[in-house]
Amino acid sequence: MATAAQAIEMEKILYLTELQGLPVFDLREREIGRVKDAAVVPLIHRSRIDRYLVGGERAWLTVRYEQVKRIGLDGIFLLDEKLTPYHDDEYMLRLVRDLLDQQIIDAQGRKVVRVTDVTFEIRDEGLNQTLHVLEVDIGLRAIFRRLFQGILPPRLIRRLQEKIPPNSIRWEFVNIIEPDPQRRLRLNVSLEWLKSLHPADLADILEEMTATDRQAFLQQLDSELVADVLPEVDPKLQASMLEHLEASKAADIIEEMEPDQAADILAEMDRQISEEILRQMEVEPQAEVRELMRYEEDTAGGLMTTRFLALPSGASVRDAIEALRAEPELADTINTIFLVDENRRPVGAVPLGKLFLVPEDTSLKELTLPTVVTVPITASRKEVVDLFDKYNIFTLPVVDQEGRLEGVITADDVISVMHRG
Amino acid sequence: MKAKKLARIRAGLAGFLAVLGPGFITAMVDNDAGGIYTYSEAGARFGYVPLWSLIPITLILIVTQEMCARMGAVTGKGLSDLIREEFGLRATFLILAALLLTNLTNIMANFAGVASSLELFNISRYITVPLSAVAVWLLVVKGTYSRVEKVFLGASAVYICYCISAFLVKPNWKLALEHTVKPTWVGDPAYVTILIGLVGTSVAPWMQFYLQASIVEKGITAEDYVLSRLEVIIGCVAMSVIAFFIIVACAGAIWSVQPMAIRDAADAALALKPFGKYAYLLFAIGLFNASLFAATIQPLSTAYTVCEGLGFESGLDKSFREAPIFYGIITLTIFVSVVVILLPGFPLVRMILFSQVLNGVLLPFVLIFMLQLVNKHRIMGKWTNTPFYNLVSWATVITLIALTLVLTYMTLREL
Repeated sequence: MATAAQAIEMEKILYLTELQGLPVFDLREREIGRVKDAAVVPLIHRSRIDRYLVGGERAWLTVRYEQVKRIGLDGIFLLDEKLTPYHDDEYMLRLVRDLLDQQIIDAQGRKVVRVTDVTFEIRDEGLNQTLHVLEVDIGLRAIFRRLFQGILPPRLIRRLQEKIPPNSIRWEFVNIIEPDPQRRLRLNVSLEWLKSLHPADLADILEEMTATDRQAFLQQLDSELVADVLPEVDPKLQASMLEHLEASKAADIIEEMEPDQAADILAEMDRQISEEILRQMEVEPQAEVRELMRYEEDTAGGLMTTRFLALPSGASVRDAIEALRAEPELADTINTIFLVDENRRPVGAVPLGKLFLVPEDTSLKELTLPTVVTVPITASRKEVVDLFDKYNIFTLPVVDQEGRLEGVITADDVISVMHRG
Repeated sequence: MKAKKLARIRAGLAGFLAVLGPGFITAMVDNDAGGIYTYSEAGARFGYVPLWSLIPITLILIVTQEMCARMGAVTGKGLSDLIREEFGLRATFLILAALLLTNLTNIMANFAGVASSLELFNISRYITVPLSAVAVWLLVVKGTYSRVEKVFLGASAVYICYCISAFLVKPNWKLALEHTVKPTWVGDPAYVTILIGLVGTSVAPWMQFYLQASIVEKGITAEDYVLSRLEVIIGCVAMSVIAFFIIVACAGAIWSVQPMAIRDAADAALALKPFGKYAYLLFAIGLFNASLFAATIQPLSTAYTVCEGLGFESGLDKSFREAPIFYGIITLTIFVSVVVILLPGFPLVRMILFSQVLNGVLLPFVLIFMLQLVNKHRIMGKWTNTPFYNLVSWATVITLIALTLVLTYMTLREL
C-alpha cells in the first residue's frame, strides 16, 4: 500500500518518535532543551505544527513555528530566542498528549484505530522550516519505531524499518474523537466527512467506539442521519444507544425511521423508556409504531411495515403517479403498487417499472401480475422466507384474518432475517 | 400488585442471566489442568490441612476480579486498551509479550491435561491431542461468541463431577470442615510450595484481561455493574467450592491411606479407583473437561488481548484475511502447544509447574498496572477504589509478590 510519505524523500520526513527528545539549539548552537511535545492549532491551520513544547532546565518553553530556522534529525535550530513559558490552552491539539495511543476515526477506511506514530513533512517556507502533519501511522512499522525509540539511533531505525510495509492514514481522513463539545469547537472538529459515508459504514464506526464516545458522537448528528444509521447498527447496541439520548431527541429519530424498524428497536428497550419516547412522538407516527409493536417479532406482523401504496382496483396509472407524489418518501423503497377491493383485500400487484411503459390513462388492472401471493399476519418467520423463495417476490403483502391488507414485507427485511437465522 | 412483583423478580432473574457469563466462566476456567494438579497434590500430600487457604484465596480472587470487572464496566475498554492509553506502547508491548509466552505455557499445560486424562482410558496422546486441538480450533474459529459462551456455561456444569467424586470417596467431613476454618502450619518446605502454588494457580494474569474484555464485549455498563459484581463474586466462590472438593477427594482417597506426592493429576484419578469405578471415572472426566475448556478459552483470550493492545484487527466476526494476526495467534498457540506436548519424553508435570511460575512472575506487574488504573479519577469517575479497598488491594498485591518471589525461587531451585 503506497502512502503519502513514500512519495517524499526521506530527508524531508520526520516522525513523531524522532521529534520527541529532539534537541533544540539557540543561535549559538547551544542546547536549550529537548522537545517534549508538538501542537497543532486546528482553527489556524489544520496540519502545520504551530508550537513546539521544549523541556528546559526547569519549566517548559514554547517555540513558535516561525522561530524555527531549521529542523531535522540533528535537532531544531532557532531563528530567534524570544521563547515564552508554556501555557496550556484548549485550542491546541498536542500530538503526544492528545493523539498518541488514542483512538481516532479513519474516515476513508471507515473504522476506528489507535494512533501509534505520526509522520511529518518538513517544508521550506522562506527563512524557516515548518513541520506539517502528513499522516497518522498504525500497524507494525510504527510499532517497530515506537519500541526502539530512544534505544537505537534514529537513522538505524529508519534503515531497519524499510523491511516492514507501512500502514498509515492521511491526515485529511483522520477524525478526532472528542466527547467534550466545547473542546470539539475549539479543535475545529467538523463532521463534513460524515456526509460522504454510507450509513452502514458509519454504523460500523459507531460500533467500534466506546460507549461514552459513541453517545457524545450521536449528540452531534442530526436525527435524519441517526435514523438511517441506527437500523444498521448491531441489534444489541441499538436499544442502548437510544436509551441514553433525551426522549425528545430519540422521538425525532424514531419518527424519521421506517415504522417496522422503529418498532423492533423500541420493543428491545426498557418499557418505561420506550413509553416515554413514544409519548414524545407526533400522533400519526406514534400510532403506526404502536400498531406494529403489537406483533411478535418473529411473525409476519413483526416483520412488516405499514408504509406501502395501495390503490382501488379501478385506478389508473395517473392516479398511481399522483398518489406517489403525495407521499414522496415511499419512492425510495417501494417496487410494487398493490390494488385492493372495497374491503381492502389485495386483488392485484403492479411492478413499478410497468408504469413507465404505458400511457397515463391505462387502468392499473391491466398491468397487474397474474397472481397475488399474500401471507397472514400471524405467519412464522420461516413461512415468510419460504414464500419469498418459492414465488420470487420482492414485496409480500400481509393480510389479517379477513384477508384485508395490513402491511408489506420487503426483500431487505427478509435478507436480514435469513442472515440472522 | 402480585403481577407487578412477579414482573420485577423476573426482570431481576432475567437481568442476572443477561449478565451471567464473564465472571462465572473466568472462575471456572481457572480450575484448569494446572489448578487441578495443584489441588490434587495439596490433598494427596497434606490431606485436609491446606483447606484453610481457600477462604483467603477466594477473597484475593474476588478483590482482583472485581477491579477488572469494574474497570471494564465503567470505561467500556479492555485492560490492554487502558494500559496502552495510559502507559503507552512500550509498556503494553512488554506486558503483552510476557502474557503471550505465559499463556502459551498455560495452553500447553492444558493439552497435557487432555493427554493424561485420556491416557487413563488407554487412548494414546498421539490421537487425543491432535484431535482435541482440531476440535478446539473449530469451536473457536467457527463459533460465534454467544454460542461459544453457551457451550462453556454448559461445560461448567460438568465440574459437578468433582463434588460427586468427593462424596463417593467417603472422606472425613468433620476433619475437612475443621481445617477449612483453622489455619495450620506444617514445617515442610513442600507445604509452603503447595500453599503458594494454590494462590498462584487461582489468580492468573490472563484472567484479568479475559474478564475485563468479556465484560466490555457483553456491553455491561456502570449501571448494570452491580449485578455483574454479584456474578463475579459468585464465580469466585464457585471456583473455591470446586477446589475444596478436589482437595477433599484426594485427601480422603490418597492421604488417608498413604500420603504421597502425585506425579500428575491422572495419578490422582487412578488413586480413586479403589473407591469405585465412578469416583475414578468422574475425576478423569472432570480433568478432561477442564483441560479442554481452558484450552479453548486461553488461545482466544490471548489473541484478543494482544490484538487489542497493539491495535491489530480482531474479532470472530472478521474473516481470516481481515484479521490475520488475530487468527494467527489462535492457530499458532494451539499448534505450538500440540507439537511441544507430543515431543517424545516430554515432562508434562514440569510443564504444568513452569506455567504456574510464569503466571506468578507476571501477575504482580499486571496487578500494579491495574491498581494505578483503577484509582485514576479521570477514567473511573466516581468508581475509583475507596481508601479501605485500596488498603486491602495493596496488601494483597504485596503478599502476592512476596509469595510468588518465594515460589519462583523455590521452583527454579527444583528445576
